[in-house]
Amino acid sequence: MRTPSPRQCVHPGAPIAIGAPVPSAYDKRMITELGHFALILAFCVACVQAVLPLIGAHKRWPGWMAVAAPAATAQFLLTAASFAALTWAFVTSDFSLRLVTLNSHSAKPLLYKITGVWGNHEGSMLLWILIVTLFGACVAWFGTNLPPSLKARVLAVQAMIGVAFLAFLIFTSNPFLRLVVPPFDGQDLNPLLQDPGLAFHPPFLYLGYVGLSMTYSFAIAALIEGRVDAAWGRWVRPYTLAAWIFLTIGIALGSWWAYYELGWGGFWFWDPVENASFMPWLIAAALLHSAIVVEKRESLKSWTILLAIIAFGFSMIGAFITRSGVLTSVHAFANDPERGMFLLAITALFMMGGLTMFAARASAMQAKGVFAVKSRESMLVLNNLLLGVACFIVFVGTIWPLVSELFFDRKLSVGAPFFDLAFTPFMVLLGLVLPVGAMLPWKRGSFGRILRALAPAFVLAIAAGLLAFAMQTGRSALGPMGLFLAAWLVGGSVTDLWTRTGRTGDIRDRLRRLTRLPRADWGKAVAHGGLGITMAGVAAMNAWATEDIRVAQVGDSIDLAGYTVTLDDVRRVQGPNYISTTGDFTLTRGDDVIGVLHPEKRFYPVAQMPTTEAGIDNGFLRDIYVVIGDPQDGGGWAVRTYHKPLANWIWGGAILMALGGMLSLSDRRYRVAAGARKVAPVQGVPAE
Amino acid sequence: MRRLILLLCLIAAPVLAVQPDEMLDDPALEARAREISSGLRCLVCRNESIDDSNAELARDLRLLVRDRLTKGDTDSEVVSFIVDRYGEYVLLKPQMGGSNAVLWLAGPAMLLLGAGIAVLYIRRRARAEPAGPGALTETEEARLRQIMDE
Repeated sequence: MRTPSPRQCVHPGAPIAIGAPVPSAYDKRMITELGHFALILAFCVACVQAVLPLIGAHKRWPGWMAVAAPAATAQFLLTAASFAALTWAFVTSDFSLRLVTLNSHSAKPLLYKITGVWGNHEGSMLLWILIVTLFGACVAWFGTNLPPSLKARVLAVQAMIGVAFLAFLIFTSNPFLRLVVPPFDGQDLNPLLQDPGLAFHPPFLYLGYVGLSMTYSFAIAALIEGRVDAAWGRWVRPYTLAAWIFLTIGIALGSWWAYYELGWGGFWFWDPVENASFMPWLIAAALLHSAIVVEKRESLKSWTILLAIIAFGFSMIGAFITRSGVLTSVHAFANDPERGMFLLAITALFMMGGLTMFAARASAMQAKGVFAVKSRESMLVLNNLLLGVACFIVFVGTIWPLVSELFFDRKLSVGAPFFDLAFTPFMVLLGLVLPVGAMLPWKRGSFGRILRALAPAFVLAIAAGLLAFAMQTGRSALGPMGLFLAAWLVGGSVTDLWTRTGRTGDIRDRLRRLTRLPRADWGKAVAHGGLGITMAGVAAMNAWATEDIRVAQVGDSIDLAGYTVTLDDVRRVQGPNYISTTGDFTLTRGDDVIGVLHPEKRFYPVAQMPTTEAGIDNGFLRDIYVVIGDPQDGGGWAVRTYHKPLANWIWGGAILMALGGMLSLSDRRYRVAAGARKVAPVQGVPAE
Repeated sequence: MRRLILLLCLIAAPVLAVQPDEMLDDPALEARAREISSGLRCLVCRNESIDDSNAELARDLRLLVRDRLTKGDTDSEVVSFIVDRYGEYVLLKPQMGGSNAVLWLAGPAMLLLGAGIAVLYIRRRARAEPAGPGALTETEEARLRQIMDE
């Protein structure tokens, strides 16, 4: 028998006794206040961490340097506690918090209550800071093989970044502000953001943006130390790779979301905010290649340092563009001049500081490696040139409307047609030279041998391009070019792996050697192949997508690219926090039924906002994409049907690129501490 | 502000981009209209072409483009008709002339500059004294290849 708890003894009408095991409003408020307090404490810890280790490293005082690691851990735990408190406020719908009232609603599904934490300016900034401190803590935890002075300086610089953004959060965008009179319910999260694809797009993007803060800290620490060597390259590369992987995933998620959610199947709009994430991606890609040269050949040192500084600069410019509203875009949030000025000041401070340090100390970086004109080093310089200039074009295009209005009094727009024209040639060029550069040996090589090895891949690529040209209906050069590049990059990667198994031995020997190649080699091949797949997807979507727009009655059939789409029914459906008009479509090819599609048009009453949910039949070679519109005056519904060839290759390629990065990241040389004793080979155990 | 923009784009006219009733019967003319409207900016939504936009104003512009085309205008006449009324702000691809030359030439200029620096750097590295034992000569390399092949 259960003993009655104190609560059960209370008369039903009486107030619940103090100490009852239910979280009262009082507890809820307490948790929020603790979160606020933890945030301020994190700021104080960051201030200490930014100063003491730096002095310690200068004076060679081990005790002062040793402050850095525990401080980094404490800073992370405090920020995490603060983030958890804010999440708690969202989950329990504590409408006494201004932020929760503005961005949540009690009827919202739990997943979106949680993701709503970063679906707004203040919460996303807290997430940003959480990741800054997480990366710092990672150096504290895993950087055991770093020299103490370098580690202290890296963590001090990372803490300076923490101080700047914590100050920004606490003084201009505090998420823990209260409302005097809490409303009965919230104003709901923007329905467009209530989607799994977009829910996880910002965290990945921030992991990428902020990962670059780590390379910045390493670069500044190296400038203070006045020394960059192969070991430095090895320490900084995992963070660059990680940042690039996260950016790749984040950008792909955003683009995939736009594709299925915005209702016309576009996947990239050259919007300022998209560009803000794309520029750091391009620079990070350049940086992770030049860091290889530092690591393996001790050349390109000062250039790599400069790239590391600029890469984080682009991350911060991205934050500024997104949050200041200077370049207004569809998804800019929190357009606030005061915040914008603060962010601009942070960006300017870290960039000017970094570049001044660079100007003063870069000459101390002596390059050691010598290489010929025809060498891997030269080809990686070309890689950096192409990626750097491509990024520069995106940058100029993004800020040009602002510059033009300020200095030339011309109000104009720079949109997709400009970027398509100015940016694409660089990617084509990059794709053309990539397989050759990837195979050219270090120090000195000859093109003849490489080109002979690559001949089969080249023939295959030409064949793929010609086939595409023959099969297409129009005269577009873009589609065949995309398929050529895809075959060339994938074929080149396969050739690269295959030649690495040596020249001798039968197929079985070579296949066995293939499995034993370092993971970095596999990572490189997979990532380069993925780039080719993405290029093919982008080219095919731009060149060959077809569409049909019409008024359809129930029972009507639409023919598109060999498929038939039939409208069977239109229904009203009640969702958890929306009302939906759902169309039932059958997709057939000839007599075969391929699938049933349910595009929706939703209306969110709280936010007074409609959204479209496309019905998509995903396929390896094509997507069929159906959107239902409004009822028409004369009966029937506006229906749009799209045939999107190779659509999924865009994101499939991005997944491959990220996978390649992860393979590289798991390479033995990053797992084994530098200078550590080689692990003795495992003795074979006889089978019983 | 964000809410306002989304409101303008989505609430103002909860309809989807190009509507069936807007489209021209002549497929060739309609294709030209689509091509033109994908290069013109919706003035109330940011960074969206009138072809993609859901706003009422974009619909008006789409109808205007089609109206001019059916009256026999060439593509460039249609575009300049709209630019005359709304300014060059509506062009998603900025014109080449005047200060915009900076925008268009920035990329190629940077490429030339960067390539120049890269070539100088590579040549200097190629001529620099090797820090360790020197690289193999052509004959040594051929010999090494021979050994490897055996």
